[in-house]
Amino acid sequence: MTASNATLADTTSSSTVTVAADRSYPVRHAAEAVAVPLVSLLAAAIAYSIFLLALGKDPQEFVEVVWRGAFGSWFSVGNTLQRASPLLLTALCVALPAQLGLVVIGGEGALVLGGLAAAAAALPILSAAPIIVQVTMAVAGAAMGALWIGFTGWLRAKRGINETIASLVLAYIGIALFNHIVEGLLRDPASLNKPSTWGIGDANMLGPIPGLGLYPGLPVGLIACAAAWVFISRSTTGFAARITGGNVRAAQLQGLPVARLMVLACALGGACAGLAGAIEVMAVHGRANASLISGYGYTGILISFLARHNPIGIVPMAILLGGIGAAGGLLQRRMDMPDATTLVLEGMIFVMILAGETLYGRIKWFQPRGPR
Amino acid sequence: MPATFDLKRRHLLQGLAGSGAAMAIGLPRPAAAKDLVVGFIYVGPRDDFGYNQSHAEAAAMLKKMPGVKVVEEEKVAETSDVEKTMESMIQLDGASLVFPTSFGYFDPYMLRMANKYKDVQFRHCGGLWDKSKHPMNAGSYFGYIGMGQYLNGVVAGHVSKTKKLAFVAAKPIPQVLININSFAMGARSVDPSITTRVIFTGDWSMPVKEAEATNALVDQGADVITCHVDGPKVVVETAERRGIYTCGYHANQASLAPKGYLTGAEWNWITVYKSFVDDMKAGKPLPNFVRGGLAENFVKMSAYGPAVPEAARKNADAVHAQIMKGGFAVFKGPLKDNTGKIVIPAGAAYPETAIELESTNWLVEGVIGATA
Repeated sequence: MTASNATLADTTSSSTVTVAADRSYPVRHAAEAVAVPLVSLLAAAIAYSIFLLALGKDPQEFVEVVWRGAFGSWFSVGNTLQRASPLLLTALCVALPAQLGLVVIGGEGALVLGGLAAAAAALPILSAAPIIVQVTMAVAGAAMGALWIGFTGWLRAKRGINETIASLVLAYIGIALFNHIVEGLLRDPASLNKPSTWGIGDANMLGPIPGLGLYPGLPVGLIACAAAWVFISRSTTGFAARITGGNVRAAQLQGLPVARLMVLACALGGACAGLAGAIEVMAVHGRANASLISGYGYTGILISFLARHNPIGIVPMAILLGGIGAAGGLLQRRMDMPDATTLVLEGMIFVMILAGETLYGRIKWFQPRGPR
Repeated sequence: MPATFDLKRRHLLQGLAGSGAAMAIGLPRPAAAKDLVVGFIYVGPRDDFGYNQSHAEAAAMLKKMPGVKVVEEEKVAETSDVEKTMESMIQLDGASLVFPTSFGYFDPYMLRMANKYKDVQFRHCGGLWDKSKHPMNAGSYFGYIGMGQYLNGVVAGHVSKTKKLAFVAAKPIPQVLININSFAMGARSVDPSITTRVIFTGDWSMPVKEAEATNALVDQGADVITCHVDGPKVVVETAERRGIYTCGYHANQASLAPKGYLTGAEWNWITVYKSFVDDMKAGKPLPNFVRGGLAENFVKMSAYGPAVPEAARKNADAVHAQIMKGGFAVFKGPLKDNTGKIVIPAGAAYPETAIELESTNWLVEGVIGATA
């Protein structure tokens, strides 16, 4: 809801009256979008410190260990960015449909089936040039994801089926289908105790970024987020999508192709998640197996909401959660804290950021000033 | 409202100063330079009353050895996460011996790290290491626990009144099928009319399905149950509540079922870990491939529960003594599967170490259920 208010505020800010009267408003408006989440994070930090004190742990040591595990060295930074990378794409699977007011939470299904489609598409052309194999895999993964989530959009647009429930149920079906195929039709008979498809071969694997040693999915995720931002905020289709998100009836009265927009946004989001699965297969696993079902699709929901469905906001939020994940291991080892304590931290951040939503538009300093 | 902004900025600056100071002074190293740092990685929680706990119990024993520092991380996914965890243990904790304990950690994750960190020793639980393909600083250890399940079956066969046993299994893969077959054959060595009904839940940790399966099996008249899932807690507790008997698996679950716990097949990993650590400390090369069963002390049996009658103890102890002599072969031809097909020809006899058993894809006569 707030996202649509913000977009409406965007459009008023570009109207001549306010800009002429209040030149610093766009800066303050942007500052609001940074300050509010930071205040929320601070509140979460305070709440979590109390939790730590109750456990008899030292919050300062906690901050030090998190810093060291997530950002303190080049290795830690790489670890954080690698964990963030797939989340950039799965968050887009939520953020793109969200522009139309759709809450799609089934990215996990698109991711695993995208990975499976990629692994399957590589099989007949294993001896081709690696770049051809990789492009084929990426296209197959994205297409499969687009089909899967696009179907959710179609069900919503044409049949009026709630997209949240439909996408979630389709994610369960997708995972079951994935397991069935990996353990049956496409199973490499040599994978006895961990059923997997045939491998794509070392030559066809996507290596780390030369010189930086970073996960190859990172630039793809960043480009996708930037492209999604341009698409949403600078294209007419994106504008139409936001209008639909603001008020479906108004959009229909304007003659906007609401049904087509819904299917398109869902398909694009699904393509991102499917691509994430394909990259996981190309860069990490080398084959499709149960390792793909590791919850990236679900964490993407959290990130998109934290970023208020803003594709640029997804980047810092994904890095934040990636950093918590990267530091989580060190926390277990250095402070002897169970893994669940990082879940508590994530939960507190989520609650505080959502609670912080209510601050938007309430702090006067950030609001348009003008001659009244 | 500049006041809010100031408050935030001050805290932000304090935070930055704090973390800067932490970086400047550097965190104390976790272990003295000459301590051997051993890393343990678990796929689930350390206190799952199952597979992960069996390893964590051994890690806890290692911690008591002088000159050994143990670092542990739980709930690490079988994805690039586990690579980063190994790397983090090596880079940030100085680990020189790493035990990734979950089967799915081996290929490609641990192999990739073993190739990257040649001076670190990696030993994986699962028996996949192959001299012709894999690096020499990597290796495998694994236990044969099938005869433990056979002994479970012997005790269950004596205790059962309905002559119906139950088995809750994760996936129809060779390791699991060997356990089911061994349990059923142990029971049938007492009374050939006994049947064992098996339900596959589809994955290693499915608490809801495990409870449903247990209830369904009790409803069908089973009065002794065992399982092969990562954490037997749910099965054992559900069975105790329903008033039937249980045979444990992975670790000792007697405390969960004080009345119904008969005995159990437990891993005894300290045998393996201590020998690796002793070799490391003595500067000797580590073996690359070790396996063993009851006779080699890789596996042990839980103490008998109060419900086990004297005759059962005597019989099971006698079989146990025979197994301890080594070479005990339960899988003797002619052996039929549960569809009536001969799976082991007349004249053949396979001990638990036989390579033929490692591609088991059948359920033995007397088991009710199907692998697909």
